[in-house]
Amino acid sequence: MNASDYLYLRRSIKNKLAMVLAGAAAIFGMFWLIWILWTTVSKGVAHLNLDLFTMMTPPPDERGGLLNAFFGSAVISLLAIAIGTPIGIAAGTFLAEYANHTKLGTLTRFVNDILLSAPSIVLGLFVYALVVVQVGHFSAWAGSIALAFIALPVIVRTTDEMLRLVPSAMREAALSLGVPQWKVTMQVLYRSALPGIVTGVLLALARITGETAPLLFTAASNQFWSTDLNAPMANVPMVIFQYAMSPYESWNSLAWAGAFVVTVFVLLLGIAARAILLRNKVSHD
Amino acid sequence: MLSSIKSRIALLGLAAAMAFNVHAQNVTGAGSSFVYPVMTKWSADFRNSTQVKVNYQSIGSGGGIAQIKAATVDFGASDAPLKPADLAKFGLGQFPTVIGGVVPVVNVPGIGAGKLRFTGPVLANIFLGKIKTWNDPAIAALNPGVTLPATKITVVHRSDGSGTTFNFVNYLSKVSPEWKSGVGEGTAVKWPVGIGGKGNEGVAAYVKQIKGGIGYVELSYALQNKMSYAGMQNAAGKWVLPNAESFAAAAASADWANAKDFYLVMTNAPGDASWPITASVFIIMYKQPKNAASSKSAKEFFRWVFKNGDAQARKLDYVPLPPALVAQIEAYWAAEFKF
Amino acid sequence: MSTDAALAVPVMRNDKHDTLIDLLFRSVVSSAGIFVLLALVGAAVSMLWGGRLAFETFGWQFLTTQEWDVPASKFGALVPIYGTLVTAGIAMLIAVPVSFGIAVFLTEVAPSWMRGPVSAAIELLAGIPSIIYGMWGLFVLAPYLSEHAYPWIDEHLGGLPFLGPLFTGPPLGIGMLAAGLVLAIMVIPFISSVMREVFLTVPNRLKESAYALGSTTWEVVWDIVLPYTRSAVIGGVFLGLGRALGETMAVTFVIGNAYNISASLLDPGTSIASTIANEFGEAVDPLHKSTLLALGFLLFVLTFIVLSIAKLMLIKLQRKEGR
Repeated sequence: MNASDYLYLRRSIKNKLAMVLAGAAAIFGMFWLIWILWTTVSKGVAHLNLDLFTMMTPPPDERGGLLNAFFGSAVISLLAIAIGTPIGIAAGTFLAEYANHTKLGTLTRFVNDILLSAPSIVLGLFVYALVVVQVGHFSAWAGSIALAFIALPVIVRTTDEMLRLVPSAMREAALSLGVPQWKVTMQVLYRSALPGIVTGVLLALARITGETAPLLFTAASNQFWSTDLNAPMANVPMVIFQYAMSPYESWNSLAWAGAFVVTVFVLLLGIAARAILLRNKVSHD
Repeated sequence: MLSSIKSRIALLGLAAAMAFNVHAQNVTGAGSSFVYPVMTKWSADFRNSTQVKVNYQSIGSGGGIAQIKAATVDFGASDAPLKPADLAKFGLGQFPTVIGGVVPVVNVPGIGAGKLRFTGPVLANIFLGKIKTWNDPAIAALNPGVTLPATKITVVHRSDGSGTTFNFVNYLSKVSPEWKSGVGEGTAVKWPVGIGGKGNEGVAAYVKQIKGGIGYVELSYALQNKMSYAGMQNAAGKWVLPNAESFAAAAASADWANAKDFYLVMTNAPGDASWPITASVFIIMYKQPKNAASSKSAKEFFRWVFKNGDAQARKLDYVPLPPALVAQIEAYWAAEFKF
Repeated sequence: MSTDAALAVPVMRNDKHDTLIDLLFRSVVSSAGIFVLLALVGAAVSMLWGGRLAFETFGWQFLTTQEWDVPASKFGALVPIYGTLVTAGIAMLIAVPVSFGIAVFLTEVAPSWMRGPVSAAIELLAGIPSIIYGMWGLFVLAPYLSEHAYPWIDEHLGGLPFLGPLFTGPPLGIGMLAAGLVLAIMVIPFISSVMREVFLTVPNRLKESAYALGSTTWEVVWDIVLPYTRSAVIGGVFLGLGRALGETMAVTFVIGNAYNISASLLDPGTSIASTIANEFGEAVDPLHKSTLLALGFLLFVLTFIVLSIAKLMLIKLQRKEGR
């Protein structure tokens, strides 16, 4: 074998090794996923029944379900999205259209990234100091505001990136026809980037669905059915937290069942987000 | 014609809304997570019979005290009683509601529930880190006939502040001068050794997994998780096992009559059958609250609990108050609570 | 001429109307942008304000003291900071190579029918709520680690010359290593999805040219794809790091909550987020509460430093590339 054969052999081995390691990494990732999902499914599905969706959180060792927790989570999360989405889309538009390439824009993007990585418990404490202490009691409002702060940077980031992906040609074409800037943004850019923005909102919703820490000191929880936004409201993460940490078998089962439902919900959100994005994929070539 | 129908509907809606508001004075409470399970049972049953909702937030004794001091709830629940001077400063009253106890649990291969026993000083030395292995002579001396392995002792304590800790270290301070001066007491202390589990469940989980582990949990956790609890020697020198009877004996033998505002930590109670680490959960309320109507509802709730709540408490491994104590509490209400 | 008249453009009265709306629109989006800035500043300032009592009482020593004595009101941030950094470090050490491998697998190695499902599966990991990671970590992973993994590690790696002390310790199952592992699993989906998306943006022409010259797949990845996407990859890694630094619930369940610094990764420790989660509910003493808020502020500062380093690296890279 001459030198170049040696060289080729070495490169070939390196290549095969790398491919095997890449496959091993994927298997490693899948392994944990399967283990965690298996745990959640096996412990949760056993207690999946109609009661779960029709009855309220019970005292220990009694029949019950998570209806008030599901309702509360839905209310708090939807309110958080309702607060966070307009501000998020507006801020994302600001970054992409009005402050792109400016110092203020760079700073705001950086700040947004910090907010994105901010520990959720710190944001919960912030809202505790801002809202709960001033008002004097826990409330669903406070929980929504805390979750809105978590959803906000996600929506800002995806809106910013999606709007920047729209080719400049579209903007220039509209502007050259005399369409005012605001109409260009609202009727041309938003329409073009809509799938991406919707994906961002869905991702934000998935992100806040499982968050417990921000709700610890803001919305707390409620044993009963409540529609009062000004009072503590039941929500799934808090109930899972309290029930999983208790010694009662019936409560532990409810916790795992709730965990299973939340996981499935987040999975569906992820699938929906991907489906929307894939169907409207923007080409890069 | 239309506007009059609209205005009639509006008036009807307003009346309904107002009626709904006046309908039931719902009660809010917050505090101890230990009492949370039985609180949910009591408030569910209370709601079924009276339509009044008692909404209890399990945020920890410290949180409960903070909330009642800020008057943002109708009652606070704490595993550690407030001192009478502190109560007087804020115009608060307090009374016990249910009894539980702290139980040492162990994970030593071959040793089942109730087979191992400690004295207070030996337990303190284990948690101080002075006794390091299970076959230490101090432990062996108390447990003749039990084979103790040479496994290292891993101490498990609470990572979060809690009333369970408060009662446990209060007991250790009473029986071990070295603990009292070296570590002290409180809802959270500087543990000399060991790892911290979050909540009773965290401690239970760690002890269950770690061979040679020892921790302290509320009785309900020990029983529900089928853990190996240990017996103790009480102040009267007798060996007792933790159960409803020994807890009730401690509550009965404790000197409630002389406790102003029921400020009494029942650890190391006298009495032959008393469990030495028995504890009570205290309810704290304003003597002259701003919202008299909901405080009155709260008082009715606890009156109902004392009359009808015993069976549920027992089923969940809590211990109801002895009747003499209940009578003393109702007299206290009559004298102190102006609503 | 008639065409002149036809071509005459009337003065649009709507011009003024549109200009006004343009102004309104611009001010609305600008205020939203400013709001994002204010949100972060507000959160940081409120933590700083709440923590001022602690900072005043302890001064700079707060950062270097190991003390954590609740009854005596003596606190030091060193142990939580150490725990946060170590668990995040372990998480990154595991997560970055694994994510890279997954991204390479999904873009170069896997047959196309496999790519969709596998990438969806990996992203599913990102959706699992953190409290489930905590429950799974405590009730499933930790027992397994204490039975099988830790004793093995202690036996085989404990004797190593340099790294030995890192791996000796009691088989508790919970601790820094367990927390680092759980964090790694949580962070892998983020980093790998960023890497994968960015790898897909490399123009096919570049890759095809390299293949045409006889490169192996690995060489294309290492020499073409990675340099092309370096900035975004680094950004993704640091975002994952930020997430690992702040994760609360999963870490609280498995880190062991012991306030001491030990060389061994098998020992328990504590992190800033788990300290806050554990103690805030019960903290009655104002100095205690203030200390916890001060810790929150320190965590913000830590995240800020990490992300700033990332940004600086990115700017340097972009300058080298001539952008």
